Amino acid sequence: MYTPNASRGLPRHRSRYLAERYTRWIMRTLVALMVLAILWLVLAFHLRGQWMFALLFLVLGASMAVVFSKRHLMSHRYIFPALAGMGVFLIFPLLYTVGISFTNYSSSNLLSEERVREQLLDQTYRAEGQGFRFTLYAEGEKARLYLESETAEGDSATGALLSEPFALSAESVPRQLSVKQVADAPATRALPMREVIAHRELLQTLSLQTASGTQLSMVGLRQFAPILPRYEQNADGSLTDLRDGGRLTPDQDTGFFRNAEGEKLTPGWPVPVGMENYTRIFADPDIRGPFLQIFVWTFVFAGLTVVFTLAVGFVLATLLQWEQLRGKAVYRTLLILPYAVPAFISILIFKGMFNQHYGEINLILESLFGISPDWFTDPALARAMLLIVNTWLGYPYMLLLCMGLIQSIPQDLYEASAIDGGGAITNMMKITLPLIIKPLTPLLIAAFAFNFNNFVLIALLTGGAPDILGASTPAGTTDLLVSYTYRIAFQDSGQQFGLAAAIATLIFVLVAALSWLNLRLTRVKV
Amino acid sequence: MPMVQPRSIRLRKFGAHLALLGFVSLVVFPLLLVISISFREGNFASGSLIPERFSLEHWALAFGIPWERADGTVVQPPFPVLLWLWNSVKVATVSSLMILALSTTSAYAFARMRFKGKAPILNGMLIFQMFPAVLSLVALYALFDRLGELVPWLGINTHGALVLASLGAVALHIWTIKGYFESIDGSLEEAAMVDGASTWQAFWHILLPLSVPILVVVFILAFIMSIMEYPMASVLLLDEDKLTLAVGAQQYLADHNQRWGDFAAAAVLSGLPITLVFLLCQRWIVGGLTSGGVKG
Repeated sequence: MYTPNASRGLPRHRSRYLAERYTRWIMRTLVALMVLAILWLVLAFHLRGQWMFALLFLVLGASMAVVFSKRHLMSHRYIFPALAGMGVFLIFPLLYTVGISFTNYSSSNLLSEERVREQLLDQTYRAEGQGFRFTLYAEGEKARLYLESETAEGDSATGALLSEPFALSAESVPRQLSVKQVADAPATRALPMREVIAHRELLQTLSLQTASGTQLSMVGLRQFAPILPRYEQNADGSLTDLRDGGRLTPDQDTGFFRNAEGEKLTPGWPVPVGMENYTRIFADPDIRGPFLQIFVWTFVFAGLTVVFTLAVGFVLATLLQWEQLRGKAVYRTLLILPYAVPAFISILIFKGMFNQHYGEINLILESLFGISPDWFTDPALARAMLLIVNTWLGYPYMLLLCMGLIQSIPQDLYEASAIDGGGAITNMMKITLPLIIKPLTPLLIAAFAFNFNNFVLIALLTGGAPDILGASTPAGTTDLLVSYTYRIAFQDSGQQFGLAAAIATLIFVLVAALSWLNLRLTRVKV
Repeated sequence: MPMVQPRSIRLRKFGAHLALLGFVSLVVFPLLLVISISFREGNFASGSLIPERFSLEHWALAFGIPWERADGTVVQPPFPVLLWLWNSVKVATVSSLMILALSTTSAYAFARMRFKGKAPILNGMLIFQMFPAVLSLVALYALFDRLGELVPWLGINTHGALVLASLGAVALHIWTIKGYFESIDGSLEEAAMVDGASTWQAFWHILLPLSVPILVVVFILAFIMSIMEYPMASVLLLDEDKLTLAVGAQQYLADHNQRWGDFAAAAVLSGLPITLVFLLCQRWIVGGLTSGGVKG
């Protein structure tokens, strides 16, 4: 290895070539623009109160500015883009998931507190008993609204209002119209009801403003009524319900506004809840039961998958390694076909083939043995099906690994065995297997970790079905921990992101343990 | 080859062929079946591998052409398969190009330069790559949801988000390219730099042209991985016309309405090119996949 950046630390010379100088300036401008764009994101996230994201992009922008402006960090410029990609889209989501697991982030606690407040303050209500009957009067090409108060019968002098004229064509209508008090109805022609109905949608968009500042909107085919904001913000952060005068206080323990009786007002915002999600997993019997069942099945599934794929792959590899066998290249190509076909297609092919009513597999079983297993509704059969399909999908990888490793075994070992009268089985079990199992172990652990998290297979083949009875979260007998997490977060109407993140965090710990084991076994050297 | 051989060699060879043929037929059966079903009338299994009633209906529908049946009813294509395929190819091309750019530059630094924190960064990348993205989907969803409020083309239900999200998975490719760079002698670049080339010029004009094979392999590998990516696409994409093939294809086999025949044609149409590319490049792809693990 050499150090190409030997000129580091020397003053940078001005390039003699114009093109090179321009390229340098273009690069600098590009970097500056990107840093500025990132800083804009930081500011925008900060203004929205999303400090996690503001911090993420602040770190990104700052490190970018430092790496690309310091001459002695030349080498880091080359690795910065990849590191930034991993940082933002792999490591940050990991940490953020752990963070979410300590909150009650869910579909009921989704928006930020500011947004919840805004939404509540935008809410309006129709004041009771203050409606106006209206009539539409033509005025040349335009029309006016004449409103009579419903409460002040008889005293039409104070109760009647007349709007300014407006066009009845959709485009040219101002949505805000002012109305003023009048004594009598206009002298022009009153338009019949069918005209009102014909222009219903236009009338609904109108907002009438009285002299005292009240907003009136259409509430029925004959009626306009004042629309008032429902809540008012107080200085201490609480809200006053203008309808009944009640006080709503923000409760930072649950993330909801509560009224005097303690009732929650939706929507809420996410707040930290400490270890609550974790205690729910282990203490709530409706979650603990399914969780433990899924936990055990995940280990069984990953373990059996590795055993089955290794067994099939190893046997096939020893067969294909036999020198006197002809047509090995053809066999090899055909045998790795399952690896070459995209998984999302082959899994769906199996889903169709295993169909209980018109799938090919039951058709064959029916005609041969007269049985028709319920692959998708019987838990044991569904699990067996998953293992069969996953073995089909996974053995080519093991086959390729074993073939590669077997080639490095010295041939004279087999010769010695042949002299001593050892057969093929003896060779396989006593020579080949012991010699390849050691280099294979880290790869087996990686395969175990992969199948431990084999989300695509479950999602496309069974979707976790059949369901576990009595579970309060969506949980299936064939669910793995990952698909369970996914269903809690995205499939249920509850969208319990916090709980899902807690389970994901537990899986992180398991994966971390597996990769630590893997590193110990491989002793990676750089 | 062992010089001493057992006697019953011919019988054993015959047995081996028989076993291999049996296994191969088991493995290939589903694939042949799907091809057969795609040319068969109707959406139900008939039990024979050779279609009894030949029909191009499913293929026409897969290509988006309405099909008129013998009794005069016109069947509309159920799903925009070609659009999905195009979406997949679009996302995969852009994201693999970006992955290639990111991993090539950093592989160069890791292979040729000495700098602080090199070993921990390399190892750290490998460890973090073990954590599947499926588990941080909630966080990714939140990230793109919030980002989309500021930058609309990076929000939920955009291809931009999907492309960016794939940039997290570069560690494997960096290791593959780094291994290849290290197998190329550095003296050429050194000579160029003695003649006044900058680090970047040595990389761009000398090393990259020498590494085209591995760049092609990494591109194809990233492309195939992106086409097959399911979890992130299933969360980030919502509208039917935005879906990628991996997410859309499952709609053919929804629980209540299984379109087995239509699925078969769509599957062959979209799966065949990917399979062929994989088989053509398998030597390099497999080498990259397995050596990355063994060498660590």
